[in-house]
Amino acid sequence: MDKNSRKKKTVNVAYKSMKDTTLLRIFVLPVIILLIVMNVFPLFWSLVLSFSDYTAKSNTEWGENPEMIGAENYSEILRDPKMWNRFITTAKFVLLSVGFQMVLGFGLALLLHQVKFFGKGFLTTLLILPMTMSPVIVGIMWKLFYNPNYGMFNMLLGLGKIDWTTDPTFNLFGVVIADVWMWTPFVMLLSIAGLSAVPQYLYEAAEIDRASWWYKFTRITMPMVYPLLLVALIFRTMEAFKIFDVVMGITGRGTTAPQLLSMYLYNVGFVTWKTSYGSALGYIMLIMIIAITSIFIKYLNRARQ
Amino acid sequence: MGEIVKKKKNIRRYFIILLIVIITFVYMVPLLYVITTSFKSWSDVQQVPPTLTFKPSIAAYIRIFTSRVVYTKDNKPTQEEIEQMKWYERIVYEETGERIVRVGDLPKRYMNSVIIAVASTVLTIILGTIAAYGFSRFKIRGKDDLLFFILSTRMLPPVVVIIPIFLMFRYINMTDSHITLILLYTAFNVSFAVWVLKGFIDEIPIEYEEAAMVDGYTRFQAFRKIVLPQAVTGIAATAVFVFIFAWNEYAFALVLSRRVSQTVPAWLPYQMGVLGYDWAAAAAGTLVFLIPAMIFTIILRNHLVRGITFGAIRK
Repeated sequence: MDKNSRKKKTVNVAYKSMKDTTLLRIFVLPVIILLIVMNVFPLFWSLVLSFSDYTAKSNTEWGENPEMIGAENYSEILRDPKMWNRFITTAKFVLLSVGFQMVLGFGLALLLHQVKFFGKGFLTTLLILPMTMSPVIVGIMWKLFYNPNYGMFNMLLGLGKIDWTTDPTFNLFGVVIADVWMWTPFVMLLSIAGLSAVPQYLYEAAEIDRASWWYKFTRITMPMVYPLLLVALIFRTMEAFKIFDVVMGITGRGTTAPQLLSMYLYNVGFVTWKTSYGSALGYIMLIMIIAITSIFIKYLNRARQ
Repeated sequence: MGEIVKKKKNIRRYFIILLIVIITFVYMVPLLYVITTSFKSWSDVQQVPPTLTFKPSIAAYIRIFTSRVVYTKDNKPTQEEIEQMKWYERIVYEETGERIVRVGDLPKRYMNSVIIAVASTVLTIILGTIAAYGFSRFKIRGKDDLLFFILSTRMLPPVVVIIPIFLMFRYINMTDSHITLILLYTAFNVSFAVWVLKGFIDEIPIEYEEAAMVDGYTRFQAFRKIVLPQAVTGIAATAVFVFIFAWNEYAFALVLSRRVSQTVPAWLPYQMGVLGYDWAAAAAGTLVFLIPAMIFTIILRNHLVRGITFGAIRK
């Protein structure tokens, strides 16, 4: 491109820049407005509500006209002895579920990455299917599969009449199994993407040096895949922390359901209608999610350097 | 020497392939269980322990789509009436002795799911594409912050905002309307769409539009005639993703839909109590709902990584 045409273009763009700004506004503003109305505004409203004693249901002890009661909801939540149980149950769920997903997903990816064969794409697609299913419907599927009488889960594994859906000692694991089934492919997909991005010459160089399998794995594969594994970990931890749909599908929201934070939040907000209390709980959960993810993101940034 | 190493490598290879095939099969067992259950007849499905071999029947699919009443003892159909029955009526009668009275609840819920998912996908893609074009091509003050803001709204757990959103829609009397869910799903998916679509549009060389604009196209014409046709694969992939998200959503549908706009995910868990031990019908309902998402996943498989990382990883 010679100087003349470049000059001409600059003039042209300058001439049209007025129109561009208008167009830009028309293009970008709708999204921003929609997000402010549907996300930012509710978020702030929720914050205000959490400091009041509002209930969405009329004729209750909480009263029609909400009063600002300061941080009382928050202190009530933190003082509730059952609350710690819920925190611990949620943490247990996240650790178990995400832990298994990471190990199994990465293991599967390692297997799949090693070989090429006819039908590999088909098998990978089959493995991916659970990931895009509706979580609540996956829950129902597993509820059917778990049933001690008509289901097959216990039968195939040679277990007795364990009830994975209503027995409080087992149903948390019932949910874990279903969640691991659903989301292992997610970790697998990201791991495959990470593995195939490792340059082949690194392995070839290691081969010349007669490096062991373990050496290659810890010094070449892991450092290269690590950032993507962290991304998978962040996504999965966030999602597992707020798990709701799968649990509703398997156990419902009854008293025997696992005492997870999101389940409790739903019960508080829409069954007992303690709206403000629920908003406060929502905020506590939000702060926890932000805290956990920012720790992970710190590690991620360090890994990327 | 080389022969042995090669042979060893081959054995290892076949072993891994076999392992993958076995794992995939084990992985599919829950799904296979639901598929087989849905094709079991009324008597087969009640076998304890469940049988592996059975005569397939589609009665469960007819049951999940219809409402039925049991024929009472003195109200049994005559031979002539049985002969005049339509094929689906006869199948149901022969299996459970029931009479179909009307179309069931599922078709309406299914239509709701389709309407809401399609409408919100169209809206999301329109808004998302133009915003993504804006972010991709124009200098915007604080662009990175704005993009991060857009992304962060998606990371927000629905449980936190679901209470005020419910109050908001209750205030304008729209707790049970298609429009409510369409708007909500659009708002929650548009951030995803902007990020992924921006990635696709970034890949289109800006020179094409500049050349077109030098030739007298307006900016909008350049967008419509140059950028859109080239971005069409990306837009389609994003649309499929957004559709799957909207199709699968549960929490908002549970709180913000009742009779009029109830979607299948909100309806089916509740229905499990009503269906009681009609396991086959429950399995059939599950599958009927899962099939569209499965088909779309198969279509989408090459774009999945890009989608699940919000366009961060391009393969």
